[in-house]
Amino acid sequence: MQHIIIGAGPAGVVAAETIRKYDPEASIAIIGDEPEPPYSRMAIPYYLIKNIEESGSYLRDPVNHYRNLDIELVQMRVDQVDVANKQLKLADGSVRGYDKLLIATGSRPVNPPIPGLDLPQVHSCWTLKDARGIAKLAQPGANVVLIGAGFIGCIILEALVRRGINLSVIETGNCMVPRMLNEKAGGLLKQWCLDKGIDVHTSCSVQSVTSTENGVKVSLSDGDELPATLVITATGVKSNLEMLEGSGIEVDQGIVVNNQMQTSHSDIYAAGDVAQGMDFSTGKYEVQAIQPTATDHGRIAGMNMAGKATAHHGTVNMNVLDTVGLISCSFGLWMGVEGGAQAELYSPDQYQYMNLQFDDNCLVGASCVGKTQHIGVLRGLIESRIMLGVWRQRLLDNPNLIMEAYMACTQELSYSP
Amino acid sequence: MQKSLNIDPAKCTGCLQCEMACSYEHTGAFNPSKSFIKVFTFHDEGRFAPYTCTQCEEAWCQRACPVDAISIDLSTGAKVISDDKCVGCKVCTIACPFGTVNYSQDTGKVVKCDLCGGDPKCASACPTDAITYVDADWTGYSRMLASAAKSLPSIEVTT
Repeated sequence: MQHIIIGAGPAGVVAAETIRKYDPEASIAIIGDEPEPPYSRMAIPYYLIKNIEESGSYLRDPVNHYRNLDIELVQMRVDQVDVANKQLKLADGSVRGYDKLLIATGSRPVNPPIPGLDLPQVHSCWTLKDARGIAKLAQPGANVVLIGAGFIGCIILEALVRRGINLSVIETGNCMVPRMLNEKAGGLLKQWCLDKGIDVHTSCSVQSVTSTENGVKVSLSDGDELPATLVITATGVKSNLEMLEGSGIEVDQGIVVNNQMQTSHSDIYAAGDVAQGMDFSTGKYEVQAIQPTATDHGRIAGMNMAGKATAHHGTVNMNVLDTVGLISCSFGLWMGVEGGAQAELYSPDQYQYMNLQFDDNCLVGASCVGKTQHIGVLRGLIESRIMLGVWRQRLLDNPNLIMEAYMACTQELSYSP
Repeated sequence: MQKSLNIDPAKCTGCLQCEMACSYEHTGAFNPSKSFIKVFTFHDEGRFAPYTCTQCEEAWCQRACPVDAISIDLSTGAKVISDDKCVGCKVCTIACPFGTVNYSQDTGKVVKCDLCGGDPKCASACPTDAITYVDADWTGYSRMLASAAKSLPSIEVTT
């Protein structure tokens, strides 16, 4: 059985490992188009801070791991999937046949239609190659403009600040990370950044980037003009679907899959940022584009490819973010559901926020700022759909009791009072 | 046979010796706020319940780690963090549905129970045997793990 995996990110690597676990005889190849060994984009900010070398971003030991598991790594771009003949056309003109194929080609940054984003001073921050380019230009004292204060923008913010640059951040939404936190929580992040001397503009857009003698000028909708030697765009990502054109594989926002990560073609699977997998909270199929989802997808796709039929029950959309030392997270339906109850703690002076969202007797979503202890249990409470009983009211009164609620609802405390 | 921690909340008096021992072992200071094991207080029930990582089979933390920083100590079965590899991204802290992997602002890394390499100090410090380190088959953890596994149906093998 020849398994081919296109894409060397977390979804592809976990899928390859899973196939090997359940099918020791299979022939497995991962084809990726970046020159580095499989690495994690999550680690790039820590490379920019210089906490790690490039090798610190590698998903696994780059030599021994793949050799020990007999997984072939191929560095090449795949140009086309030929579904009828079950083969791939590679960029060097060669062709490779497959019995089972996993498409785990991930996503890539998209830029809004702003004039000047094609100038050489403008970079996105997505690959190790991008990171090297940014590291070269983000020298102490440099003026840097970051377009977008979403998840990726916020996570690289600290790295940029610690490099000793002067940073301005431009976000079209009315707070920071508007797709992960509500206005109160996102407002805390903004205030935190302002206190650290970062120039944050929200509800503001970039009109244009134009060349000047010393670099570029970034013109904003609020009338400001910012000189910069480096502009970083972090305005969202989209699935890499181009090579599927004409293949007949059904796509929407991402590749359409069923609950076994199988595409419209039974021998072809999809996983990670490129796949439109099931969201646990809504039951709908959508592109989540987050690391934990990628590894979940990879594992389930791998099991099904190896012949171990496995159903996916959806992944909880969740994020954790460190914005210059202020840690925030959100889970599931953090924005709440119609008719649901919510518990909220808001202490702006301490940069603390906590919000729990209930549907009937269950927790369905949560978001926090300034809390690092036991936050994973929010996932546990949501994903296990625990009936909270008396603990619902206790959480409404004091949202800090999440661990106590989880323990009391899942374990015997030895006797019932 | 591999051993695991067995926690019997009914025997816990809330003395926090386990937290003292754990924090001393891992940070060199007696500071319960730095302990990896935590005693929770249930006022209405008049109960205390120590709680820490169960070294679960699923190893959600290990699977979520983007840089291979969490591995299994083959002698104890503990999931252990490599400080050299951990970049501090915190993905494991939201992936662990039991809330037992936590970020440490002091070190910029995540921390969790490592069973002290096979000699868990919380168990030796516990004066009432609320925490013991016993053959894995004996422990209430198997019950807890079973219920946890049932309660987190993120995957289901259909055949």
